[in-house]
Amino acid sequence: MLTSVASIIVTIVVLGSILGCGFILWNQSRVKLPKGKVETTGHEWDGLEEYNNPLPKWWMWLFWITVVFALAYVFLYPGLGNNKGLLDWSSTGQWQKEVNKADEQYGPLFAKYAQTPIADLAQDPQAVEVGKRLYLTYCYQCHGSDARGAKGFPNLTDNDWLYGGSPETILQTITAGRNGMMPPHAHLGAEAIKDLANYVRSLSGLANDSLAAAKGRELFASSGCAGCHGADAKGNQAIGAPNLTDNVWLYGSSEKTITETIVNGRQNMMPAFADRLNEGKLKLLSAYVYSLSQKPAAK
Amino acid sequence: MKITQELVERKVGLLIVLTFLTVLVGGAIEIIPLFWQKSTTTPIEGLKPYDAVRLVGRDIYIREGCYNCHSQMIRPFRAETERYGHYSVGGESVYDHPFQWGSKRTGPDLARVGGRYSDTWHMVHLNNPRDVVPESNMPAYPHLMTTKAAATVGSDVDAKMVALRRVGVPYSDEDIAGAKEAIGDKTEMDVLVAYLQGLGTLLPNTAAATAAPAPAAPAAQ
Repeated sequence: MLTSVASIIVTIVVLGSILGCGFILWNQSRVKLPKGKVETTGHEWDGLEEYNNPLPKWWMWLFWITVVFALAYVFLYPGLGNNKGLLDWSSTGQWQKEVNKADEQYGPLFAKYAQTPIADLAQDPQAVEVGKRLYLTYCYQCHGSDARGAKGFPNLTDNDWLYGGSPETILQTITAGRNGMMPPHAHLGAEAIKDLANYVRSLSGLANDSLAAAKGRELFASSGCAGCHGADAKGNQAIGAPNLTDNVWLYGSSEKTITETIVNGRQNMMPAFADRLNEGKLKLLSAYVYSLSQKPAAK
Repeated sequence: MKITQELVERKVGLLIVLTFLTVLVGGAIEIIPLFWQKSTTTPIEGLKPYDAVRLVGRDIYIREGCYNCHSQMIRPFRAETERYGHYSVGGESVYDHPFQWGSKRTGPDLARVGGRYSDTWHMVHLNNPRDVVPESNMPAYPHLMTTKAAATVGSDVDAKMVALRRVGVPYSDEDIAGAKEAIGDKTEMDVLVAYLQGLGTLLPNTAAATAAPAPAAPAAQ
């Protein structure tokens, strides 16, 4: 909204400009030249002279059409200060119409999906396809277009879960997000951390220094690792502590990477989508993610 | 003196002046009213000026030419609001000098990128986009990790804030005095991520919430 003074000024200038153009057109087409005799403009450039012909009729008419168009436009659409125009058009109003139409068309479909259990949706090829489209809009940036993740971003196809892979848990993860936090353990000292890293590698059957691993086994229990990862190092899905025995690695399995993880800790989060997507869409996404690890051929 | 066609053609200076005046009318009625338009001059509820860290992060955004490929302007089309969230409103960028709306999207719009990804994601992605999005054709910015913001964009942050205050951004004296301290030894990566994480978080994104759009300017008239 403009202030009323500005609004009046705009109205005057807009109408004044259009009517001014009209006046110039009228004024210029008043001059009637006698037929058959055309004068030059009187000036000469390097021997070239210019005939002083009036503009062709069709050309003048084009000008008049633009004037009429402009007048019609500013009265139909918002063009005169705060005047909303006879059509009451606005860009947000147009957007609202577009959204309402889509809601009418797709609303019942999403409502139906919102009522269907996720496990059933995962069996419905159409629902999975819709879920995949949603995935490729909202999720692929972190988890990859093939859903196999990246360093620090979980693979969704391997049926290995930080927080659990039941349909309800997946829905909860997408809806509310997750905050993963492993505290740094630099205070343990370089030697202890080396032992721990070797022990962690040994859990997954990776090459390790068995002497260091044996010492690491003790440290694992006494340094607080077991508090989250469990005494058996199989993790705890309630708090998203990874299973360390399955040879599935979020950040990498090299001794260097594991050391880095222990020294600096790890912090990561998955954003919540509750305020971005409606319930139907959240369920479709969950169904798609669930279906990825349900395929028998997934390897 | 009579202004004839011949006179205008002969006197180039006069031609320039008259052309300028003609173009000025169109420009003036399009631009000047916006100075009195509430929706472009009133900040939306909750909008605060960029703090020192985000302000210099924004300078990195400009320095690295992010705007060449990323817009910060969600247009009121359903296809855009579905993907990015609530359409952009004028009151969101009253403290931007200059605004970063942009008009070219080689990459996605960033007007509401704040909170959409984790900080870690942004760091990995800026360091080498292919690490998280193999299909990406965005350039890598590894040098941001190793450069201290205080040595580059942060070196004159207080002067920038004084300048911004002169054009109407409400920084307090304490804001300006504490600016360098706030930046500390943060890297350019840190400040850029802070800037990105603050973008467009004020308006609701929900499909349900966008169905009843927030008014562009709460204080309209």
